[in-house]
Amino acid sequence: MAYNRFKNKYVEEVVAKVLMIAATVALFVFASSIIYTIIANGWNAMSWEMISQLPGGGFYIGKEGGLLNAIVGSMYIVGAATILGLIVSIPVVFYLNVYLNPNSKLGYAARLCFDVLFGIPSIVYGAFAFTIMIYLGAKASLLGGIIVVTLLIIPIFIRSMDEVARSFPRAIVDAAVSLGATKWETIRVVVRQIMPGIATATLLSIGRAIGDAAAVMLTAGYTDSIPTSLSQPAATLPLAVFFQLQSPIPQVQERAYGAALVLTIIVLIISILGRIITNRFSKHRIK
Amino acid sequence: MDIIKQGMFRPNQKFCTNANADAKIEVQDLNVNIGTNHILKDVNLTIHNQAITCIIGPSGCGKSTLLRSFNRLLEDTAKTKITGKVIVDGDDIYEKGCEITHVRRKMGLLSQKPCPLPMSIFDNISYGCKIHGIRGKKKLAMVVKHYLEAAGLWNEVKDRLHTPANRMSLGQQQRLCLARGLAVEPQFILADESTSALDPISSKIIEDLFVKLKAEYGIVMVTHTLRQALRIADYVVFMYMGEVIEQGTAEEVFKNPQHELTQKYLSGAFS
Repeated sequence: MAYNRFKNKYVEEVVAKVLMIAATVALFVFASSIIYTIIANGWNAMSWEMISQLPGGGFYIGKEGGLLNAIVGSMYIVGAATILGLIVSIPVVFYLNVYLNPNSKLGYAARLCFDVLFGIPSIVYGAFAFTIMIYLGAKASLLGGIIVVTLLIIPIFIRSMDEVARSFPRAIVDAAVSLGATKWETIRVVVRQIMPGIATATLLSIGRAIGDAAAVMLTAGYTDSIPTSLSQPAATLPLAVFFQLQSPIPQVQERAYGAALVLTIIVLIISILGRIITNRFSKHRIK
Repeated sequence: MDIIKQGMFRPNQKFCTNANADAKIEVQDLNVNIGTNHILKDVNLTIHNQAITCIIGPSGCGKSTLLRSFNRLLEDTAKTKITGKVIVDGDDIYEKGCEITHVRRKMGLLSQKPCPLPMSIFDNISYGCKIHGIRGKKKLAMVVKHYLEAAGLWNEVKDRLHTPANRMSLGQQQRLCLARGLAVEPQFILADESTSALDPISSKIIEDLFVKLKAEYGIVMVTHTLRQALRIADYVVFMYMGEVIEQGTAEEVFKNPQHELTQKYLSGAFS
């Protein structure tokens, strides 16, 4: 009897373990096959020219030029949207956690809204911004792209920072305050504690912002030059992939994979840098 | 530890507050309401400098609330109403115009669970000094060394002052918190069950430190362990349901308790 029970437990354990390993392996295979596809198809198109030059006259029929317009455009949009997103989200998180009562209905409603916004597809953001832009008579521009991407990543920022803020140990503030610190002086302590959370939130947001094609297609447009003002359209890497992949010319299709490779490498670099920075910050974090 | 015996060398003379050895904490008609709960009821008591005062009593009797009212930490809790006076060294800390940061610096708090700040060991101690205007690497290094020695921690951590404080053991963290509190040169140390989260050896170290530190500081200690109070208390305050039932020297209260409740509590009838 006892032996049987033991055996059942053992089977359960093995089944669970096998399922977990299978899931992990499946994900790993999936991710590596994507990366393999991108590298295998795009490696030939990669050259220094590709990342250092603007598209030339015959770029879209497979002649000279590079993707610099899309790289710079993506950087502009993602950089500006991340900064704007942080500026908007930090006060919101602060308000939700410091000023509002934990059981407040407003807080509950706000968090629900952000969760819903989190799940809305980016094309909807793009379409929404597009109708507004038509109403205002504005053309596709860098500014439009920045604003839409900012709106897109704000829910991610807020929800991920909110989780960090909610688990903030109150005792740390008490400790600082009982040394005679004013509320303002405790900020040094608070920031040190939540910095890893902010860094992670920023990484998540950058990842989503840089990979988004739908919202920027409708708002930022596409161009072969680097925008010099906010009112000019801007190219982005996901769109460079999208447009070139539709071409019947093999060299151009190859370049689409090249653009995807560039995008992946940029995300990889940002993630690694982010990890390094986060680790530096979280060294001191009190669990 | 010798430094303490020799009479404290105080690197932060600027803030030296315990020049007055007769400084006391006097609590007069203190009432605390949080929401609809009347937590402290007409508390009157005196706490002496250079002695250990233990506040004992069953759970939920308001011991911690009383302790937190001494450095005005209670005000940060929502819906708290405080009436009455807490007079520290002649000044009512609840009076308007009383500088709250000054009050808190005078009353070092050692909480139940050690709570180091999210920074290195060195920065944990220098943080308090910095916010009170002590600058200069040399001076800070001197202050840090001095108070780590005072907390008996220097030899254990002198080679890793710049590693994160959260890597220390719990007992070490608690001594670090003590050193951090001492570094802003308080007059009183408020210990809120400071040994209850620690292993027996660490809590013995903290206890011994308190006994040594009482030469220089007034120590107020909330404790759940009667034996601990028996071991180290000079004065004892017994509280029950938000009221101070009995107070006096340890000898008076432990050997000859006047009140029936105190007798019952000491005999272990409830705890």
